[in-house]
Amino acid sequence: MEFLIVLAAAALRVATPILLAALGEMLAERAGVLNLGIEGTMLLAAFVGFVAAHQSGSLWVGLAAAIATGALMGTLMALLSVTLGLNQHVSGLGITLLGGGLALYFFRLLYGGASTPPSLGQSFGQLSVLPGTTLAPLLSQYGLTYFALLLVPVLAFVLRRTAFGLRLHASGENPEAVDIAGVNVYRVRYQALVLGGALMGLAGAFLTLAQLGAFTHGVVNGRGWVAIAIVIFGNWRPVRILLGALLFGFVQALQLRLQAEGVALPYEILLALPYLVTILVLALAGRNANYPAALLKPYRREGG
Amino acid sequence: MARSAPTARAARRPWRWEWGSAPWWLRLALPMIAILVTFALASVLIAASGANPLDVFYELLIRPLTRRTSRLEVLVRATPLLLTGVAVAIAFRAGYYNIGAEGQLYAGALAAAFLGPRLGEWAPPAAVAVMLVGGLVAGAAWALLPAVLKVYAKVDEVVTTLLLNSVMLLLVGGLLNGPWRDPVSGWPRSPTIAAAAEFPQVIARSRVHLGFVVALVLVALFWWVLSRTHFGLELRAVGMGATAARFMGVSVRATVLFAALLSGGVAGLAGVGEVAGIHHYLIEGISPDYGYTGIIVATFGGLHALGVAVAAGFLALVDVGSTSASRALGIPAYLGQVVQATLLLVTLAVLLLNRYRPARRSRREERV
Repeated sequence: MEFLIVLAAAALRVATPILLAALGEMLAERAGVLNLGIEGTMLLAAFVGFVAAHQSGSLWVGLAAAIATGALMGTLMALLSVTLGLNQHVSGLGITLLGGGLALYFFRLLYGGASTPPSLGQSFGQLSVLPGTTLAPLLSQYGLTYFALLLVPVLAFVLRRTAFGLRLHASGENPEAVDIAGVNVYRVRYQALVLGGALMGLAGAFLTLAQLGAFTHGVVNGRGWVAIAIVIFGNWRPVRILLGALLFGFVQALQLRLQAEGVALPYEILLALPYLVTILVLALAGRNANYPAALLKPYRREGG
Repeated sequence: MARSAPTARAARRPWRWEWGSAPWWLRLALPMIAILVTFALASVLIAASGANPLDVFYELLIRPLTRRTSRLEVLVRATPLLLTGVAVAIAFRAGYYNIGAEGQLYAGALAAAFLGPRLGEWAPPAAVAVMLVGGLVAGAAWALLPAVLKVYAKVDEVVTTLLLNSVMLLLVGGLLNGPWRDPVSGWPRSPTIAAAAEFPQVIARSRVHLGFVVALVLVALFWWVLSRTHFGLELRAVGMGATAARFMGVSVRATVLFAALLSGGVAGLAGVGEVAGIHHYLIEGISPDYGYTGIIVATFGGLHALGVAVAAGFLALVDVGSTSASRALGIPAYLGQVVQATLLLVTLAVLLLNRYRPARRSRREERV
């Protein structure tokens, strides 16, 4: 039992950045834009958050800087894919390459000479709820983990029950109709990409400001791609995305635990599971997958 | 009044921009515009490092061409980029967005690392041929699943090809840290391939290997197939619109499937070249994102054979130049990656101009 609780606690920790990033990606995709810039956005935000915290001595300044970076990258994606109507996957990949390149360029520029990787010397602490009970290890998480969990019902409500959520959904399904109804599709997609980018930035900040307290080249390490898989696995719905992220976190935590105990297993197979399961889900759903109908299609106003 | 002035001036101009395919001189000018804008943006970054942008551009674009070693090194770097560039261009031409060249490259490298050590008894030409065919088949095999899912189940290929890259990297990591780990040193690297399977040098005293010739042949073949064969016509027709192609009597399924597999196979050859021509064994970082850079090469090259060749050469030059700039001026070599990514985004934006052409105003229009 205790083993399970410790495992569940680790799973939550691992799931947090995936969940935040996946929720951000979900917003963009629901509005009709596949944002492949996610991996680079996370890396750049993780880096900027780290530098801001390092220079200012305040983790909160770092957090704000990471969110702003994410939102800025989302704006760039919107500029390319919405305003200019460019090919979404190629511009997204370009943003990933650009974000990664910028982060590593400035990291080398600022800390290049250091023989030991710079560390913040501090990081966000864990908040303990119900201390002293059996569940204490499980409910002793980073603040951002609680925030991410809270975001799930909030976003589920926003998407289903608010005008903003409906406009978002409609822009991803039938932008022409949204336009005819007098809603500015470009504006909705901008909002989704900027908000989504901010969440990706938050995911990056979690890695450097909470989990590691430092920045390394491999800090994101494909988590953005996992988030893309989780969004599909989660059928573009917040609660199912939470489920997917927790499942991923659990497998990952189990894998780390087994590895630490020296169990000989081809861990790579476990790590490849989220990708393979997602492809399987897509294959089974086939053309019935609940892809937002207008995903990957730049919206152009007639005669505009 | 002040606000209407520009419009009034535009109305007096004897020509205007209208929809249509751009004239040849504009098409040729577009890459130049993209490069200029990219370097203008890059100079902001360079200025942040305290260096003089012009010095850095000299190191980046001119210095590698002044010495024999680095000139040839550009060809070495261009080899995988030519191949992944052609691979991506084939798929994109058919309207199939293969983002998986990176994984397919590693599939080819994996095949080369598997076959290489087993070809010790073979005559060199036969061994090299086996390596090439093995890489082609492995790359195509790794491209098979997304292609089949696309053609028979309408599953979007962007996500599946992208995710398979991560799976392939894990597979390579698993093999190198498991069964293929070097038993003596404990390094994660595969057994060395047989001498017979190594790609011969094609230029003495350099690292330029057979893969470069293979890449050039494939670029030529790409041009020939696309512009001179029936299959090339079908490929382009499908890329322009599946419905219209179907009315032409083209089998859209077969064409897309074949283009996807061909794309994967060519990307696989890039992996074979890196193993058989450069390292002679497989390591995890054998490709510094050559597969993704292939997307830049194909896009910047306008999906044309000649364009891909020039783009691969240019990006390889920036690659080699960024190392040179880092050594001479202390600029982080990641500048190369930033420049390449910026070039991709700027190219995409500049290509929008491709849809316009300047046209002479008719008399009636002038009066209006």
